[in-house]
Amino acid sequence: MSEKQNMLITASPQIHGPETTAKIMWLVTLSLVPAGIWGIFVFGARSILVIGVSILASVISEYVIARISKKSTILDGSAFLTGLLIGYNMPAAVPLFIPAVASVFAIVVVKWSFGGLGGNWMNPALAGRVFVFFSWTGGMTTWTMPGTVHNVADTVSHASPLGFIKAGLLDFSGALHGPVEFLSNQGYPHSGMAESIAEWFGNIGITISYTYIDGFLGNIPGCIGEVSALLLLLGGIFLLIRKIITWHIPVAYFGSFALLVWIFGGLRYNTGFFTGDPLFHILTGGMMLGVLFMATDMVTSPITGKGMIIFGVGAGLLTFMIRFYGSFPEGVSLAIILMNIFVPMINRYTQPVRFGTRGSKK
Amino acid sequence: MSKLKTFGLGGVHPHDRKSRTNGKPIEDAGIPAVAVIPMSQHLGSPADCTVEVGAKVEEGMPIGKSSGFISANIHSPVTGTVKEIGRVFLPNGTSSQAISIEVEESFSPKSSWKADKNWEELSKEELIDLVADMGIVGLGGATFPLNVKLKVPTGSTVEYLIINGVECEPYLTADHRGMLELTDKIFKGIEILYKIMEPEKVFIGIENNKPDAIKVMSQKASAMSFPTEVVPLKLRYPQGDEKQLIQAVTGREIPSGALPLAIGCIVSNVGTVYSLYEAVVLGKPLIERILTVSGGAIKEPKNLRVRIGTPISELIEKCGGFSEVPEKVVVGGPMMGFAIFDLDTPVTKGTSGILALTLKEVNSSVRTSCLNCGKCIQACPMGLNPTTLFKYIDHQDYDGAKDIGLLDCKECGSCGYTCPAHIPLIHGMKLGKLILRKNQQKQNKVKA
Repeated sequence: MSEKQNMLITASPQIHGPETTAKIMWLVTLSLVPAGIWGIFVFGARSILVIGVSILASVISEYVIARISKKSTILDGSAFLTGLLIGYNMPAAVPLFIPAVASVFAIVVVKWSFGGLGGNWMNPALAGRVFVFFSWTGGMTTWTMPGTVHNVADTVSHASPLGFIKAGLLDFSGALHGPVEFLSNQGYPHSGMAESIAEWFGNIGITISYTYIDGFLGNIPGCIGEVSALLLLLGGIFLLIRKIITWHIPVAYFGSFALLVWIFGGLRYNTGFFTGDPLFHILTGGMMLGVLFMATDMVTSPITGKGMIIFGVGAGLLTFMIRFYGSFPEGVSLAIILMNIFVPMINRYTQPVRFGTRGSKK
Repeated sequence: MSKLKTFGLGGVHPHDRKSRTNGKPIEDAGIPAVAVIPMSQHLGSPADCTVEVGAKVEEGMPIGKSSGFISANIHSPVTGTVKEIGRVFLPNGTSSQAISIEVEESFSPKSSWKADKNWEELSKEELIDLVADMGIVGLGGATFPLNVKLKVPTGSTVEYLIINGVECEPYLTADHRGMLELTDKIFKGIEILYKIMEPEKVFIGIENNKPDAIKVMSQKASAMSFPTEVVPLKLRYPQGDEKQLIQAVTGREIPSGALPLAIGCIVSNVGTVYSLYEAVVLGKPLIERILTVSGGAIKEPKNLRVRIGTPISELIEKCGGFSEVPEKVVVGGPMMGFAIFDLDTPVTKGTSGILALTLKEVNSSVRTSCLNCGKCIQACPMGLNPTTLFKYIDHQDYDGAKDIGLLDCKECGSCGYTCPAHIPLIHGMKLGKLILRKNQQKQNKVKA
């Protein structure tokens, strides 16, 4: 028969499920889009430039190195995603060479020196961010006040809520009910949106402070893509539904972190144990972006559910330690990178239990 | 309705694509002009050919003799003359000695078969010998000689006899149609098995995508003289595997490396049970089987009753030929079946289906590096770590792979089906096992 020479011979299975690497990468990218649009909305058009430079530098680096290694990896979307995440991790006012350097470092050093996608043991986007953070700390910590926050004379060079508290607490000795009260006492600005929402809730008898609303919606200074907890959460839920990430890391990370903050967080305000404010800490800083999109990176997180829980708890603990006892206001990126280092060891001790080795359940 | 039973670990949910053929009655495929009968159609050593070129053979006459403890007899499915004794490629890519029989023009299949003796008067041992004579093997895919399975070693007891009507492979509907059309005969076969094994209870496992079969089989089961229960199962691949089926039905887990008997179970496929009925009640050896011809590139998919030795190309023509050029032609189910390169490959005892798949159905994609996503681990019904196993095999550390459970892998294909990076995981497992076996043989030689 003439069809003979056209028939493909492969080992089983002869059919394949719908997933591909590229599909996963582009779906993660898609789930990040709303949070980015919010960032551009509040921080202005310069954010587009920052994100654009990050993506461009990342994709070009990938293309050049893949050419040298005689591989074709541009279309798998991983370099685009790394660039996007780096852009999301930059303040809007950052000098443009910084995201470019971060992207090149992420792709060339972190990713490709270990063999490209799948070979890296550290999340490239986070590693790139941390590299430039320590190299140009000033540029990386100059925050823009969101356009939605009014009554602010100078829109650039305001502290983020976490940075503001870290600095303010250095010579603080009174007793206050947590970070929210601290911020309002010190006259930290808030948005008009928060005022109207708080008023609406006030009418039905619920009191919500401006800080929570601004943190949840993203009306706080911070990196371009990290401020909108709401939209990042929606993106994360989308990934969970599409089974691209599993519940293990987010639950373990948020859970352990929230628990520690609740138990020990109040000590800083001299209100004793079990008075911490986990909600404030989850809604501010890079927590949402880090937990849902960076800690869950497949390549650099453990491979079994058990391992992911250990990884999440470890990252939660480290984030708590850095945020509360370290010298930086932010701890998510460092915590995840530190836990990335433990992944091979975690994998070794959390292999799946083989069928037929547990004794039969009679 | 109570919660449906299923197995524990892993598993995947490919689209079952059974609606093309599950409403189509079994048709007769007719007689081939030349039947090619391989001597290796079962697990174990190939049968010894007992005829010579030029010999005249008749339908049902033995032409291959079981050559060892694990082996099976082979009978001529047609009447005709032995034209050639050569070698053919089997679907799995190995080659086997094969007898080509030119079918006599006047040949028409025997319409009524009658066994020499009434089976109810035979002892257990006589029944097992009869099964061996008739060359019955497991038709679910593994083609393990049935008589070997039926010989329960002293000291072991059979608590549960589990009849496998799961048919979890997508596309295939031969067992489904069998349960609907040949219900009484299948139950007669179950009676024979019951007499041989004397289990405490008989379970019949059927997935819930075959509600009509569950209904028909349940009605019949309630009228049996011994405890028989149809267990509807939640749709999930690979539930038709012995280990998963036992776990789904009884909750018991076969220890690694052991046989079902270790936990008091015996599993037999509905197709096998039907052949057992034909062999014992009608005295008809295993010369025919029911299979499904389907796939997107087949014009009229059908369930066919086929003579062993019929070339696959004739069956495809019987189904109207190809509607488009297929990307792959597969013998067996899409998850565990073999892609073939020669459409004249003959149907053997183990051929449960013939699928001509289109590019869209195959859904192959570019292979990328492993992302460590762990989806293969979540999919593995044996609790293995396919990606790490693959890396060991890729780095030629076969003993390392063995230590983390390579031999527990049964190549169900769940990991490979799921892998977003499209890594040929099962290919690796097969290769690893093959090399381990070869190394073992070498070591044995050195010792001897």
